[in-house]
Amino acid sequence: MLSLKEKDRPIVRKLLCAGCCVRCVLRFCCVGTSSAYRRSYQDLHKELLAFISEENSPQSHDASGEEKSSDAPPNKRMRIDEDSVTAAQTDSDICPVCLGVLQDFCDPSFAEQVSDAVKKQQYEFDSLVLTVSLPAQLSVREHSCWLHVKKEVREKSMCLGKDDVIQVKDAFKWAVQGKIGQELGAAVVANSPCEVSISFIHPETEEDCHFLYVAVFLSVSQSVFTRMAVVKALEKISEEKFSRHYPCPPKKANTRCTALDTTCLHTSVFIAGRYNKFSRELPQTPWVIDGERRMDGSVEELIAAPLLSSFRADGFNFSSSGREDVDVRTLGNGRPFAVELLNPHRAKFNRTEIKQLQETINQSSDKIRVRDLQIVTRDATSRMKEGEEEKTKTYSALIWTQKAIESPDLEFLANIKDLRIAQKTPLRVLHRRPLAVRQRLVHSMTTIYLDKHHFTLKLCTQAGTYIKEFVHGDFGRTKPNLCDLMKTDADILELDVESVDIDWPPAIPD
Amino acid sequence: KIKNINFQISDGCSLLKNKVSGKSKRGGQSLTEFAPLCRITCTDEQEYTVFSCIRGRLLEVNEAILNKPDLLLEKPSTEGYIVVILPKFEESKSVTEGLLTREQYEDVLTKRNQQEPCLLTSICTLKLLTESLLNQPLKLKKKTS
Repeated sequence: MLSLKEKDRPIVRKLLCAGCCVRCVLRFCCVGTSSAYRRSYQDLHKELLAFISEENSPQSHDASGEEKSSDAPPNKRMRIDEDSVTAAQTDSDICPVCLGVLQDFCDPSFAEQVSDAVKKQQYEFDSLVLTVSLPAQLSVREHSCWLHVKKEVREKSMCLGKDDVIQVKDAFKWAVQGKIGQELGAAVVANSPCEVSISFIHPETEEDCHFLYVAVFLSVSQSVFTRMAVVKALEKISEEKFSRHYPCPPKKANTRCTALDTTCLHTSVFIAGRYNKFSRELPQTPWVIDGERRMDGSVEELIAAPLLSSFRADGFNFSSSGREDVDVRTLGNGRPFAVELLNPHRAKFNRTEIKQLQETINQSSDKIRVRDLQIVTRDATSRMKEGEEEKTKTYSALIWTQKAIESPDLEFLANIKDLRIAQKTPLRVLHRRPLAVRQRLVHSMTTIYLDKHHFTLKLCTQAGTYIKEFVHGDFGRTKPNLCDLMKTDADILELDVESVDIDWPPAIPD
Repeated sequence: KIKNINFQISDGCSLLKNKVSGKSKRGGQSLTEFAPLCRITCTDEQEYTVFSCIRGRLLEVNEAILNKPDLLLEKPSTEGYIVVILPKFEESKSVTEGLLTREQYEDVLTKRNQQEPCLLTSICTLKLLTESLLNQPLKLKKKTS
């Protein structure tokens, strides 16, 4: 039962005369109960007609008594009004305010259509949020209708704020969300990672907003009328100016809105972990130059492939706490990484399933290994990036020296602590990095003597230190370097990352 | 022996003023093959002008050799480099292929009947640098002692 008041009667009458649909009438009467909009069109129509046929009856102040009105003999004047109202409003007439959005599109059949489209895309979810996109012209028509009603209301010295009127979007959602939720077996809520979008367009009236631009902005600076711009213009334009350019109430249209294909979008899911790289012929990201693959495979592809298929995602973004060269191994606990899975069709995985995914990745290749795989929030990934700049790393390098060395010759290296070095951008990356000088710290070093011309050098350095250049000096552009310290030509034969000293993501015990 | 190296080739044109910024190395002077880089004066008053020999953008001038000119003779393949030049991406292959090996260069010289040991080493240094700048992975070679 609608809770319409005496004061609503002239509004209802005026809107029905203008050809408005029943739900738009309810909106302008500020009916805020969602269930009202779910009632059938015929039902609402019947009740509204009955409401307006009650004239000045002191007992009935709401239209809840359909029985009452059928008892009371309708007076002659009312009958005329009723006829004209009925004539102007049939189901097939398109409402000039909502352009049909609150008419046929509120029928269960459309809700079923939307649900079917969602089911076809095979998302897994237990809740969803409905977003509705309406053509900008609807704001203009709404404004026009409001001005039309305001005039009437003012004559009776009442007030109707634009914000009191129920929005088309809200009315539509109230009408359809129950059925959609039922069909999809999910709760329709205000906030959910899964978004179902319904968009309406109305090509016939696209030019409707034109006058606004000319009137308010004095020019048509864009061919696309954004909703925001239209809303702003409506706030600015005076009632009188608006009425001059646009009919109040709005003119009827010949076509109703068209609904575009229902789209679904799931917010990204983030999977983090740590990876080891055991191959010296594997780049971290795909190596492609001029569209040609220079080397097969990559760490990111090996990790992301099983994730993409299990989560049924459209794509991914791989990021990590720093990275290593193709020919450098990553040992120890590995390097933290995070994969953002875009629009995953399945997002819920329990611990066991994630463990299983980790196993799958590890079984797929002996070139990499993944540990501590887990779902994390988007915010957590910033912890990883801070590691790139702030944390220390330890390395193991196989060094060749030109001069012959003995074990005691290496001892002094272990005594060097927090060595300050200045590194110009290495020549090998200079083509894609700006030319600059980087101050870095080599915190500590230890050595293992191998033979007259080889030893293993272990170092702990500040993040962002170029190890290879520290060893061979990069044409003297890294100073001081190992050659300087040892007073011999030296070069690096092999490099391994032993640890990336950041405690994120949290370790997952096996 | 080298007495002095001068990067100021002509009035108002010193390579030392070269300043690059950003990833695309804006501001680096464009060099043609005939662009002079520096003039080397030896203790015997002989002067030698080193030319770019390749086209590209000047990225860096090695100021270390200004203070220690001996580097050019002592460490021509490493710390004694003269400049760093970045050829245009499209031209990088043709530029490298156009360079001479040390043996080829010496051949040319003997045919010309001139011995210029200083220049020889600096051109080789030029070749080495250009190779490093191309999109090639740094292959860690296993050195046999």
